[in-house]
Amino acid sequence: MSQVVVDDLGATALGAGTPAEAGFEPGGRGAPRRAVRFFLRRPGLVLSGVVVVLVVLAAFWPGLFTAQDPLHGSPADFFQAPGGAHWFGTDELGRDVFSRVVHGAQLSLKATLIALAVAFVAGGLIGLIAGFVGRWVEDVLMRFVDVLLSIPALFLSLALVTALGYGTVKVAVAVGVASVASFARVMRSEVLRARQAVYVEAARSCGARWYSVLIRHVLPNAIGPVVVLATLEIGTAILAVSSLSFLGYGAPPPAPEWGTLISDGRNYLANAWWLTALPGLTIALTVLATNRIARALDGEWARQR
Amino acid sequence: MRRYVIRRLAQAVGVLWAAYTVSFLVLDFLPGDPVSAMAGGGSDSTPIDPAQIARLRHEYGFDKPVFLQYLDYLGKALRGDFGDSISTGRSVTSTLAAALPQTLELAGAALLLAVLFGGGLAVVATYTNRRWLRQGLLSLPPLGVSVPTFWIGLMLVELFSFRAGWFPAFGNDGLGGLVLPAVALAIPTGAIVAQVLAKSLLTTLDEAYVETAKAKGAGRVRIHLRHALRNASLPALTVVGLLAGQLMANSVVIETVFSRDGLGRVTAGAVTVQDIPLVQGVVVFGSLIFVVVNLIVDLVYPLLDPRIVVASGRRASFA
Repeated sequence: MSQVVVDDLGATALGAGTPAEAGFEPGGRGAPRRAVRFFLRRPGLVLSGVVVVLVVLAAFWPGLFTAQDPLHGSPADFFQAPGGAHWFGTDELGRDVFSRVVHGAQLSLKATLIALAVAFVAGGLIGLIAGFVGRWVEDVLMRFVDVLLSIPALFLSLALVTALGYGTVKVAVAVGVASVASFARVMRSEVLRARQAVYVEAARSCGARWYSVLIRHVLPNAIGPVVVLATLEIGTAILAVSSLSFLGYGAPPPAPEWGTLISDGRNYLANAWWLTALPGLTIALTVLATNRIARALDGEWARQR
Repeated sequence: MRRYVIRRLAQAVGVLWAAYTVSFLVLDFLPGDPVSAMAGGGSDSTPIDPAQIARLRHEYGFDKPVFLQYLDYLGKALRGDFGDSISTGRSVTSTLAAALPQTLELAGAALLLAVLFGGGLAVVATYTNRRWLRQGLLSLPPLGVSVPTFWIGLMLVELFSFRAGWFPAFGNDGLGGLVLPAVALAIPTGAIVAQVLAKSLLTTLDEAYVETAKAKGAGRVRIHLRHALRNASLPALTVVGLLAGQLMANSVVIETVFSRDGLGRVTAGAVTVQDIPLVQGVVVFGSLIFVVVNLIVDLVYPLLDPRIVVASGRRASFA
């Protein structure tokens, strides 16, 4: 939520700045040259793209990066410092930490995507219905959203974890529900904006049914900023999921989820710094990269035009 | 002014009621009920007499329809009674009240650090004419919001407790024990404060009254601190209110990292053993603190910007 709060307030509190327009399709001629120039001026953005691609590759094909077994190691090699044989060192059972981080990408990415999907679909639906139907339905739904916003996200997630139980998927759902509110708000405001547009009025007066107005005119024009919000929320979701799995509510022990790796390494902080430092650095890099890309989508590209 | 205050108070009460209701609903989804959790909880699984379970269920009111249970609990909650913790048997209210001071101390210290350093960073970054300094300072906040809080905490322990030996690695004792957790907690919060304040300072410095002040011969420092900062601090203040919730939540994680007593450890423990009354108490308590802080922020607004009360049509909503 952090990044969203910042941008939201920047826009509303100052009364300046436009809502994030989804202007990321390059239009017209000269688009490739423009794209090249855009990226050449932003080496950080390119690097972020590389990091995200690597993480996604690691999630789907961990074998590309490491041939070592993440779950079984040779106990003789325990607590080896990072080096040529083991890039991230080995843990107390002699397991290769780099391999565990690579294989952990799958669990963490899965949890992040589930969380986003829950927030996107549920929040989007609430916002869509509230914005399109209006009247008392809107009042009821948006009051509900206000309440969700007033419960600190992690507390809401913790309550849900208490109710649902432990596990990667359940933690992901809990994180997703906690960020439903921000999606609902953005979706509603976009639907309200789109609904008042002239083309919607035109479609109505041509006799289009409400559902075709909704699906063919309002939804496509309202969804852009919600997609941008989703990219902004990736980093937040990764952090929330890893916090919950750090607290021990994620996948059960042998599984190498990123947060779990750090909480395992915590016991050996004094003699094996790499068990906590390097997985944490991986999380931080991933979040930094997704946040950078989200910021680029959220306006930078459109503004440059 | 009085009407403004009354309306904000009424809103706060409404939000609290709703937060209670939402937490009740969420925790009611739980398959089974706390009594069977209590009965099946022990590892020495001696079968428990069904009649005894039924009596316990009756005692806790779980045999009544959900709606009646809800009214029953709401009535008690209004009187400050959130029931008894299932795991310890102590009353939820007193458990939370005992844990609260440590957490408030931690969160307060973190907030202070966050505002001082985050705000300071924003002011310096927007004031300086040196490009490298500005760029360097402004690249820090995005870094700060990307790093997991618990990891910062662990790294601080590694560097300053184990290597340097300057601060204790865990526990609640004294000011020394407060430094590392407060710093860890302050970094993500301060980063957001810095982002918002820098953004709004840059916008404010373009305003016409800044030009006027310049034309009248005011110095740069005076313009920056007296004219721009005062006006630019409104969005930052809103964010501080919103961050109160995040601070409380992050303290759950940080208290676990540093093995500090407080609300966070109570929460983590309660979730682990599915102690529903306690978790519900924590959720409502968390919202209460969030609501109170935002109420204070809203009441401070008119002091900074008198236009807010005049424009009473404006809906002062959360977030």
